Amino acid sequence: MFDLTGKCALVTGASGGIGGEIAKVLHAAGATVGLSGTRVEPLEALAEELGERAHVLPCNLSDGEAVDALPKQAIAAMGSVDILVNNAGITRDQIFMRMSDDDWQSVIDVNLTSTMRLCRGVMRPMMKSRWGRIINISSIVGATGNPGQANYAASKAGMVGMTKSIAYETASRGITANAVAPGFIATAMTEKLNDDQKAKINAQIPASRMGSPEEIAAAVLYLASPEAGYVTGTTLHVNGGMAML
Amino acid sequence: MSDVADRVKKIVVEHLGVEEDKVVENASFIDDLGADSLDTVELVMAFEEEFGIEIPDDAAETIQTFGDAVKFISEAA
Repeated sequence: MFDLTGKCALVTGASGGIGGEIAKVLHAAGATVGLSGTRVEPLEALAEELGERAHVLPCNLSDGEAVDALPKQAIAAMGSVDILVNNAGITRDQIFMRMSDDDWQSVIDVNLTSTMRLCRGVMRPMMKSRWGRIINISSIVGATGNPGQANYAASKAGMVGMTKSIAYETASRGITANAVAPGFIATAMTEKLNDDQKAKINAQIPASRMGSPEEIAAAVLYLASPEAGYVTGTTLHVNGGMAML
Repeated sequence: MSDVADRVKKIVVEHLGVEEDKVVENASFIDDLGADSLDTVELVMAFEEEFGIEIPDDAAETIQTFGDAVKFISEAA
């Protein structure tokens, strides 16, 4: 089950907690992985850890030209991009009344526009090969909203609508497009919270704990697999029951 | 019929699964040959590959019929 031998996967945000784990899990399933991110050092460390079948492909997702070039670089390095995981994302939290144009635009550019550009960039070769997996990492916040995150929530909800549209257009060509929407996941970002804050978060989660990056990666692995070929246009919520959508 | 037309016809017949005699000068890919919008994109991709040319998106939109394709490719190749 879930064998990705011979498949090539491009993962953005692979220098982060969730993206790194996604890359590891896809790699362990036999895929060749392209590790993209802005910080080169963690990408190289991860590539070294993985050994063979790992390529470092740095990219600044706020630079449109660099984003358009990334699929070509990935194909040059790996031979193809059969699986695209748009995991990279940024936050610029601010209450809505004080949100600046820049807070809004930078989040939309990196989270939503770069995802669009990368999906577009891999579409032609996926259409030709009659096989492709697009997995966009959205967020629970895209469905529920969150105070202070109007920009982030809009970008994550936008990803879901875009993913469904791509799914419609490409289903007849063996390409699936799905989203994964994590809830609270324990990463470097949540480690900064104190025990009291963590307890308050856990009280809102039926599972009474944060999720792990491995639990997100497992959802991605499933959607990337040949076995998930009939699953398209869906959003897989991985949130411990925090929002049952 | 020119060599280009023969090669274009072969691609159209294979890709759309239509009878060869249906592929005439003014046959529209979408209206007459049953192509959907994705098929037309794929036909253009196949033409690019077969003839080693680039067909920009704005030019691709003008290629509506078999005759359009032959004309464009004859001029570009």
